[in-house]
Amino acid sequence: MLKDITIGQYFPGDSILHRLDPRAKLIAVFLYIVALFVNSSWLANAVMLILTIILMAVSGIPPRHILRGLRPMLFIILLTGILNLFFTKGTPVLPGWIITWEGISQTIKMMLRITMLIIGTFLLTYTTSPMQITDGLEYLLSPLKRLHVPVHELTLIMSMALRFIPTLIEETDKIMSAQKSRGADFETGGLVQRAKALIPVLVPLFVSSFRRADELAVAMESRCYHGGEGRTRMHELVYTRRDIVAICLAVALLGLLIILR
Amino acid sequence: MAEIITENLEHRYGAGTPFEHVAIRNVSLRFAPGEMVFLAGHTGSGKSTFIQHLNALLAPTAGRVLLDGEDINRSKASRRDTRRKVGLVFQYPEYQLFEETVRKDIAFGPRNMGLSEAEIDERVSEAADFAGVGEEQFDRSPLELSGGQKRRIAIAGVMAMRPSVLILDEPTAGLDPRGSRLLMENLRTYREKTGATLLIVSHSMEDAARYAGRIVVFREGEVCLDGTPAEVFAHPETVYEAGLVLPKTAEIARLLKQQGIPVDNPAYTRELLLEAICRAAGLQA
Repeated sequence: MLKDITIGQYFPGDSILHRLDPRAKLIAVFLYIVALFVNSSWLANAVMLILTIILMAVSGIPPRHILRGLRPMLFIILLTGILNLFFTKGTPVLPGWIITWEGISQTIKMMLRITMLIIGTFLLTYTTSPMQITDGLEYLLSPLKRLHVPVHELTLIMSMALRFIPTLIEETDKIMSAQKSRGADFETGGLVQRAKALIPVLVPLFVSSFRRADELAVAMESRCYHGGEGRTRMHELVYTRRDIVAICLAVALLGLLIILR
Repeated sequence: MAEIITENLEHRYGAGTPFEHVAIRNVSLRFAPGEMVFLAGHTGSGKSTFIQHLNALLAPTAGRVLLDGEDINRSKASRRDTRRKVGLVFQYPEYQLFEETVRKDIAFGPRNMGLSEAEIDERVSEAADFAGVGEEQFDRSPLELSGGQKRRIAIAGVMAMRPSVLILDEPTAGLDPRGSRLLMENLRTYREKTGATLLIVSHSMEDAARYAGRIVVFREGEVCLDGTPAEVFAHPETVYEAGLVLPKTAEIARLLKQQGIPVDNPAYTRELLLEAICRAAGLQA
């Protein structure tokens, strides 16, 4: 069922990663990703791998759960691997072969890197609720307000979109069940037939999305929502010592990896 | 006609995650052909999960569902077959309408069954009649009709498949009193004319008292009461514990009895209450 899709869905807990300030986590993940892409040596990769494993352990999220989330990405990881394996120039493994030693090492590094990239971002979304992430983003992007970028509106749109994903999934599930009860068949037939079979799901879904958007707008206006100007928050984000430590560690790590590369 | 039996049905959502939750457990029920059963219970008591097992939309995590003696989950084909015999109308079914015209929408089910155009037309007219959808609406868009009319169209869409068991999840939710009364009357007529089994999920004990041949009460995923209205309303404490209320007349009878007036419990309809009061007063009803 659609409901069982849990890619990157917030996983409640009380680990140190859960308690960090979302801004600190966003900065750290950003540095983590940069670190992944500047490194190319085996040593640097090993350091990143150990770090990733430590972070996974600290997060308190069952490794099985994280690995299950990786499954949908397996195709991308494998495709990248195969492309690297066959299209890297260098010394052939055996005379006349297309596969090169450089290709093999490049493949392993690439696959490792993408896997760590996904795990790193998953750890962010697993340990941070969508509300916290958008709050953090709004803070971090607020300097752009000076350039007349509608930061508040953008993050509001984002948090609403995130808020409605589960609702829409539930709704889709319900409509699919209802149409299945009326004999609709989503599982057999060719591509065209299957696409056609989705019409009875998509039409009601669009209709209800518009209705929902309308209702939300009315609900917000009736509570005097008028945009970001002068708006205060229920939960002010405050940096604590551990957030500063986390950011410093991330910067130090990036520095270390630049040296190791 | 079809008989449904559930054996020790259990359903867990999100097994193996922190969100794991047992929705129903140990539900063993038998629904005889032609019965009119009300399934009642508090929100979250597992009624909606239960009914989705009866037409194989959900597969039980333990236990079996038998339709005429055969396990409905034995194959893909049997699941599809079951959905034709066991029609399920979801809560707020008006949100599932999608076709350009009312006629086409009601015809969606029969068309999926691969029937001939003549057969489809016949079934559409028949189902529309049962559900109280007028012929004059057939060529209008379902989206421009009122909520109550949309709901009737959605119900007709399931009736058009001529299921031998029809299940409705809170069919009267959100309808005005007259609309819900008319709908219940239509459903009763439908059952009388077709002989189909009717399972209705409802919070309304008034409706249950008036229309049910049998009431099954769910509480925290288990069946806590099962019997005729007279049997079920004879256990007011259990009914309250399940988060439900007695029909108003039964409540009045209970209060009178508490005041020392000998009223036969449970007077779950107006007629029964009147009769009981007259008897207590030594009058002829």
